[in-house]
Amino acid sequence: MSKNKESLFSSKNKKLLTDPLNDNNPVTTQVLGICSALAITVQLKPAVVMAISVLVVMSIANVVVSLMRSFIPSRIRIIVQLVVIATLVILVDQVLKAFVYDVSKELSVFVGLIITNCIIMGRLEAFALGNGVWKSFLDGLGNAFGYGWILIAVAFFRELLGAGTLYGYPVIEKLGLYEIGYENNGMMILPPMALVTVGIIIWIQRARNRNLIES
Amino acid sequence: MQELANIFIKSIFIDNMVFAYFLGMCSYLAISKTVKTSVGMGFAVIFVLGFTVPINFLLEKFVLKPGALTWISNSFIDVDLSFLSFIMFIAIIASMVQLVEMIVEKVSPALYGSLGIFLPLIAVNCAILGGSLFMQERAYNNITEATIFGLGSGIGWFLAIVAIAAIREKIRYSHVPAPLRGLGITFIITGLMGIGFMSFMGIKL
Repeated sequence: MSKNKESLFSSKNKKLLTDPLNDNNPVTTQVLGICSALAITVQLKPAVVMAISVLVVMSIANVVVSLMRSFIPSRIRIIVQLVVIATLVILVDQVLKAFVYDVSKELSVFVGLIITNCIIMGRLEAFALGNGVWKSFLDGLGNAFGYGWILIAVAFFRELLGAGTLYGYPVIEKLGLYEIGYENNGMMILPPMALVTVGIIIWIQRARNRNLIES
Repeated sequence: MQELANIFIKSIFIDNMVFAYFLGMCSYLAISKTVKTSVGMGFAVIFVLGFTVPINFLLEKFVLKPGALTWISNSFIDVDLSFLSFIMFIAIIASMVQLVEMIVEKVSPALYGSLGIFLPLIAVNCAILGGSLFMQERAYNNITEATIFGLGSGIGWFLAIVAIAAIREKIRYSHVPAPLRGLGITFIITGLMGIGFMSFMGIKL
């Protein structure tokens, strides 16, 4: 394995971790995992829980599939990957139900939908099947962070502008903005605004990083 | 009958898979470049949802629900297999998609030609698994209701992808700011369409 030749945090490995945060972001550039990224971003709390769940599932699934990569017959690899992911998601779902029941109720079907979250499948297909364990772990971690920060950014704006709170804490009220006539924008809570918010994030990102612009 | 019509209309317009729950967004964004391919994908989704939701409904009713196994013997009354539902649903969906693909290939090569390439993609389309999970969460009473819900959700998804594909074909001739081109503008248009679809909210037959 490559471990003997290069150190654990060589520049190549670091790139695996940092690339998905910006240039190769799973949500805004690779267009993966949009479904869940939008639906649970009304408030910060479910978004954070979701980001952590994806982080756990993704890094473990990448490691497991990478360990098995030489035994999986390529014809049935999709089913094998689905089984690995589904098992991990069931574990995550049971843990959420046991420790943060109210959030797990709020996430409803979207915990289950981590199974078909294309980020996980996509990274397994594109990376874990062809790379070593440590690299796959870093790739999973990096992509999950890339996904997580978009999720948290969208949720931050939607909760702040829509409900005037952050992580349930009434920021706007404490700042006293209501007294001088500030109103919450109820529109931000509605589902379509999640799409517009992500659209704007993509706009800003591509305006700063011109290589990403589509022709 | 009225109840069925209600579920149908509700699943197409009000609880639209794309605009209200963002399900199946990945393929929605990836395949909506031309109307022709999006029609193919849309039909494939209707087809698969119409099959898998009722099958998973039976699975839920006779195997997974708490106490569902009593039809075998009364001693199973305490058995609750609902924690297995994710893996069972996805297994059913993956095998159903494979099966449907094989049957279509055998029975109607013409349909296979137009649908074929989309079918494998569908196994990992979250709209399909989402349909089954919503069916479980909303606890429909009988298999007819579940089927109607599956078909309705499929048709809603079909409408959404064909509409966005038509808009994307036209928007190519407009002056969109360069960083917004492609993905960005598609997101914003979908958001606007979502606002449009929200006007259906609260409609009841």
